[in-house]
Amino acid sequence: MTSVDTERTITVTVNGVPRETTVPVRRLLSDALRHDLGLTGTHVGCEHGVCGACTVLVDGAPMRSCLVLAVQVDGASVETVEGLARVDHQGGQVLHPVQEAFRECHALQCGFCTPGFLMTIKAGLENRDASADLTEEEVDEMVGGNLCRCTGYANIKKAVHHAAAAMKDAQ
Amino acid sequence: MKPAPFRYADPRSLEEALELLATEEGAKVLAGGQSLLPLLSMRLAAPATLVDINKVPGLDAVDVTGDGVRVGALVRHATLLHDAAAARVQPLLTRATANVAHPAIRNRGTTVGSIAHADPSGEMTSVLALTGGSVTVATPGGVETVPWDELFVGPLETSLSGPALVTSAFFPALPARSGTAFAEVARRKGDYAVCGAGVVVTLDESRRVSAARAAYISVGLVPEVHDLSDAVAGQPVEEADWAAAGELARTLVDPDGDIHASADYRRLLVGVLTERTLAEAAGGIA
Repeated sequence: MTSVDTERTITVTVNGVPRETTVPVRRLLSDALRHDLGLTGTHVGCEHGVCGACTVLVDGAPMRSCLVLAVQVDGASVETVEGLARVDHQGGQVLHPVQEAFRECHALQCGFCTPGFLMTIKAGLENRDASADLTEEEVDEMVGGNLCRCTGYANIKKAVHHAAAAMKDAQ
Repeated sequence: MKPAPFRYADPRSLEEALELLATEEGAKVLAGGQSLLPLLSMRLAAPATLVDINKVPGLDAVDVTGDGVRVGALVRHATLLHDAAAARVQPLLTRATANVAHPAIRNRGTTVGSIAHADPSGEMTSVLALTGGSVTVATPGGVETVPWDELFVGPLETSLSGPALVTSAFFPALPARSGTAFAEVARRKGDYAVCGAGVVVTLDESRRVSAARAAYISVGLVPEVHDLSDAVAGQPVEEADWAAAGELARTLVDPDGDIHASADYRRLLVGVLTERTLAEAAGGIA
């Protein structure tokens, strides 16, 4: 019989690194990432699934980390904004094409919503046929679930096109 | 904005899940959690125990036959949205699911969970009603089928009581010479609809309208199917008076007003969306 618990020890692969932590079962994944694992790049906005700031990838698919319990990702692979940039041969950081596009297009102002946008757009672009032209409907669908109070979205949408072009060229 | 403390179990079989639901006082089923977790975080619900069914085998299949589409309790909205076979047999499934929240929510939320949650703003409760569907419910005493019109009691309330787990929902196939359409008005695409409409139009062999039915989202306390055939029956499909059907629909619904929209505005939208979706549904009939 499965145990009924108030606390559990879980193992999660976060940005490629296996991490073990013990959490109360009511701990949200967003809080586990920030408080228990010290990864504060994932931002917590509304905490009820509306704003999208806390979006991370669970086994490759974007999900609201405030709408998933930490115990539910035991054994899964989680990717956060900290895992986007890669380290080059000199130990420097190379931005992911979506991050680069955000910088290039000035797609952030205060930056609070940015981690959620980056993860959502990264998954959205990776999970589509990169050779097909990116439509405005696709872009709207990609960014529509994330709230940004600063930019007015025009530059974010520009960045999505920019990143899509960069990722197409890189193929 | 954190859930109140609860106990948690993630059973590995249906029997175990039902036993937990029967023995743990105040137990609640957790599937996708995209509606339940906000309720917990906002402290609108505080179940003593969550029975997480995500590890129960056999609940994640979409079974498509000529009769209809059976959707298992762990099928995510995103999976159903991209199921081409299901869309061929009952096109309303894809059309409605595309309106369920945003991609990140659809990746986790389940279609059956959305039905069991019985939110009048949910798309899939109305689709279950409009297609004349049913759910399969497992209890410690056995398995039963509950038709849609015996399932929904009120907002967030179903007729199910005691230890019970909805294991699947069945959506009957679209009848011959029929077409469907689905549309919503929302402040932001993917948000809860201010008003939504799903329709089914059926023609006779001489391509005259024989039936037109509609179900609405965010209108009324429980899903209802409205028969609009009186306004259009017998009319050739190309000349059918869809506006009259929209007018009829406005007289049949009883929407409530809230901070998002007044009752009058919702009634207006019912008319507009009905006319629009009926024309689209009829236009799609080969």
